[in-house]
Amino acid sequence: MSTQVQNTNAGHVHKDSIGAKTGMWLFLFTELLLFGGLFIIYAVMRGEYTHGFHAAAEELNVWLGVTNTVVLLTSSLTMVLGVSALQRGRAGLAQLYVISTLFLAGTFLLIKFFEWGAKFSHGVFPGMEHLHNLEHGEGVFFNLYFMMTGLHGIHVIIGMIVMVVVNNRLQSGTITRANQGILEYTALYWHLVDLVWIFLLPLFYLTN
Amino acid sequence: MESTNALQSESWDDEPGGHATHHHDEEELHPVADEKQFKVFVALIILTAITVGASVMYPGRIGQGVAFVVTPLKATLILMYFMHLRYERAVFVVMFLVAIAILATVMGLTFLDYLFR
Amino acid sequence: MSESAAATWGKTGSYLDDQGRGNGLMAWLTTTDHKRIGLLYGIAMGIFFLVGMTLGLLIRLELLMPGQQFYDAKTYNVFFTLHGVIMIFLFIVPGIPAIFGNIILPLQLGAEDVAFPKLNLLSWYVYMLGAVIALTSLFAGSSPPDTGWTFYAPYSISSGGSVSLAVLGAFVLGFSSILTGMNFIVTIHRLRAKNMGFFNMPLFTWGLYATSWIQVIATPVVGITLLLLLMERLLGIGLFNPAMGGDPILYQHLFWIYSHPVVYVMILPAMGVISDILPPFCGRTIFGYKAIAISSLAIAIVGYLVWGHHMFTVGMSDTARWIFSLLTFLVAIPTGVKIFNWTATLYKASIEVRVPLLYALGFIFLFSIGGLTGLVNGALSTDIHVHDTAFIVGHFHYTMFGGAGIGMFAALHFWFPKMFGRMYNEKRATWAWGLIMVGFNTLYFPMLIMGIMGMPRRYHDYLPEFQIPHAVSTVGSWILATGIILMVVNIIQGIRHGKKAPNNPWGATTLEWATTSPPPLLNFAKEPIAPKDGPYDFTGRKPGESHEEVLT
Repeated sequence: MSTQVQNTNAGHVHKDSIGAKTGMWLFLFTELLLFGGLFIIYAVMRGEYTHGFHAAAEELNVWLGVTNTVVLLTSSLTMVLGVSALQRGRAGLAQLYVISTLFLAGTFLLIKFFEWGAKFSHGVFPGMEHLHNLEHGEGVFFNLYFMMTGLHGIHVIIGMIVMVVVNNRLQSGTITRANQGILEYTALYWHLVDLVWIFLLPLFYLTN
Repeated sequence: MESTNALQSESWDDEPGGHATHHHDEEELHPVADEKQFKVFVALIILTAITVGASVMYPGRIGQGVAFVVTPLKATLILMYFMHLRYERAVFVVMFLVAIAILATVMGLTFLDYLFR
Repeated sequence: MSESAAATWGKTGSYLDDQGRGNGLMAWLTTTDHKRIGLLYGIAMGIFFLVGMTLGLLIRLELLMPGQQFYDAKTYNVFFTLHGVIMIFLFIVPGIPAIFGNIILPLQLGAEDVAFPKLNLLSWYVYMLGAVIALTSLFAGSSPPDTGWTFYAPYSISSGGSVSLAVLGAFVLGFSSILTGMNFIVTIHRLRAKNMGFFNMPLFTWGLYATSWIQVIATPVVGITLLLLLMERLLGIGLFNPAMGGDPILYQHLFWIYSHPVVYVMILPAMGVISDILPPFCGRTIFGYKAIAISSLAIAIVGYLVWGHHMFTVGMSDTARWIFSLLTFLVAIPTGVKIFNWTATLYKASIEVRVPLLYALGFIFLFSIGGLTGLVNGALSTDIHVHDTAFIVGHFHYTMFGGAGIGMFAALHFWFPKMFGRMYNEKRATWAWGLIMVGFNTLYFPMLIMGIMGMPRRYHDYLPEFQIPHAVSTVGSWILATGIILMVVNIIQGIRHGKKAPNNPWGATTLEWATTSPPPLLNFAKEPIAPKDGPYDFTGRKPGESHEEVLT
C-alpha cells in the first residue's frame, strides 16, 4: 500500500505516516475479524463436541506446538528490535534482525510441515478417507485444525515474502530511517501473525 | 454569502503562506528501549510456560481456565509493547477496542443461540 | 518517495479533459484520480445493474401466470440466484460509496484526492475481477448456481451448479469493499480542510464514515465464511455439512453476521445523500445535524447486533430469538431520528421542487414503507408467519431498492452537474421519476399483500388465488423498467448534449459546490476552507431567491 498520502496544507504532497499507519491498523482489524470467524466456529464446535475435541487433541504433539510458539514469540522480538534499530538509523542491524525473523519463520513452517506430514501419512487430512471415517467430533477438530493452521501458515508465507522484499530494500538503501514505515507496518503484520498463533496454541494443543 | 464556500470568502488567504495550521504529519519516532522489549519477551515465555505447565499438570478445568486468562494477557503484552499501542495516539487504541468489542459481541450473541437451546 | 510539487492547487480545467497522458482507454485504466475511478465504477455498475434488472424482469415474466410459462423451476432458481448475486454484490453494496463516495468525498472534505489513490485504483480492478468471476458462473460449468444469493449450506455444498465460481466472485468483491472502506476512513480522518472538525463535515461524509467502518469490520466475516464454503466444496472440510458433523445453522450465523450489517452499508450513504439534498432545496439548514450524524454511527453499531432476525424459524434458542427481536426494534430508533429530522427540515421550508428533491422525497416515502414492514419481520410472532414469503421480498426491495437504489438515483441527479458540467433534461427526468415511483409500488406492494396471504418466496409456481397480485406486480416491473431506461437515456443524453451547468446550480453550501463544474484534476483552484458555521449555513438566503449560479 502506498504510504504516499496527500496533505492539503499549502498543497504540498507530504507523506502522512499517521494516515498510513491508520490504514495498516485497519487492515489488521480485517485480519482479526477473518480469523475471528474461525474462532467463533471453533468455540461453537468445541461446545458441541467436547469429548471428540479432547480425544483428537491427544493426537497433536504438544511440544511441537510449544516449540513453534517460542519460535514465533522470538521472531516477534527480532522484528520489533529490527524496527527499533532502523528508527535509530541502524539499517544494517535492522537487516540482521529481519533475516533472523525470516529464519525463525522458516523454522516455524518446517515444524508445521512435519506435523502436517505426519497427519497426512496417517490419512488424517481434508478429503482423505481416514479423516472422513473418524467420529464427527474428531473430524471437525481436525478440519478446523487444518483450516486454521493452514490459513495461519499462508499468512506466515506472505509475511516471509514481504520480509524478503523489505530485506532487499534495506540492503539497497531504499528503506531508511526516513521512510521506515514499511518495516514498521511489516512488523505490525508479523505481530498479528504471532497473536493469532498465541490463541491457536491452547485451542488445539492444550485441549486435554 | 460568506458561509457558502471558500472561493467566495476572503479569509482563506489570511494565514501567511497557508502554513499556519500545519498539523504534525511526520511523526517523531520513539522506539521503545531494547531492554524493555526483552523483558516483555521473557514475560511472554514465562506466561507460555505457565499455560503449558498448567494444562499438563492440571488437565481439565484448571488448565483450561489458566489458558483462558493468560492467553489474552499475552496478547495484551504483544499489542501494547511489540505493536506499540501503549505509546500510540489514543485514536489507534480506540479503533482497536471498537474492533475487538464488535468481535466479542458477535461471538457472545452467537452463543445466545447455542448455550440456551 | 514524496514528490514536492510546487503548489498543486491552482490547476484549472476539467478532470474529464486530456491530462497530458492522452484521453484514451489507457489513461482511464491507469488513472488514480478519484473522480475518474468513480466514473469507472459507475459505468461498470450501470452495466451490471442492467443485467440484474433483466434477470428480475425474466423472473417477473415467468410469474405472470400460474404454471410454467417460459422456463422450468431449475432455471427460475438460477435466475433469482444470479439476480440477487448481481444486484447485491455487484451493485448495491459497492453502490453509492464506489461511485459517489469516490467522486464527491474528497471534494466535500476539501481534499485533492483520497488518502491512498493507488489503492483506490486497485479496489476498482479487484471489483472488476470479482464481478467477472461472479458473472462467469452464469456460463461456466454444467449450470449456473441455483442456491439463492445466500448460498445456504448444505445445499450450496452439494449443488452441482457453479456455486464455487459465484462464491469466489463474492469473496474477491469483498476485498474491494474493504479497500474502499479503509481508504475512506483514513481520508476522513486525515484530509479534512481547515475548519472542518468532525462535526463540521457534511452528513453525506458522516454516512460514508459509518459505512466504511462496517465495510472494514464486517466484510472479513463473510470472507472467511465463503472461503470455508469453497473449502467444503473443494476439499470436503465438513464444518457446515451435517453429514460430517458440521453445523448448517452456524453457516447462517456467520453469513448473516456480515449480511445484516451490509444492508447498513447500502443504506447509510443513501441517507447521507438525502441529508445533503434537503438543505439546498429547502433553503435552510438540516434539522438536528448532530443527531443525524450520531445516528449514522448508532445504526452502524446496533446493526451488528440484530442478524438473528433472519433466522427466527431455523431452530435457534428461544433466548436468542427474543433478544435478537428486541435488538432489531432498537435499530429502528436511530433510523427514526433521521426520518423525523428530515421531515422537520421540510416543514414550513421554502421548498423548491426539482428532480433531486423528488428522488429524496421518494426515498423517504419508500424507505419508510420498507422500515415499517421491517417491524413486522422483527417481531417474532409475525415473522413466523411472513418469513420466506413474498412479504420479505417486498420488504427488502422497499428498503434496498426504494431506499438505497432511489438514493443512488437521487445522488446521480443531484451531483450530475458537478460531475459532468452539464445539466440533464429536467422534464424527461421528472417523467422518468414518475414512472419509477408508479412502477416501483405497482411491482412491490402486491408482494406485501401476497406474502401475508401466504405466497412463498423463491417459488416458480403458485396457487391460482395469487394470480391477480402477481399479474399486477409483473406489469409494475414493466413500468419500472421503462422509467429506469428513460432515466438512463436521459442521463446519457445529458452527458453528451446537456446544457452547460454553473458551478452551483442548486445553491448548495457544501465544499464540492465551491469548485468548478466539472472540477479540475486536483479539485480546487485554491486551498478550500470549510465554512465555520456548519456545512449547511443558509443564513442570509432569502426565501425564493434564485438558485442560479451563486458564485463566479
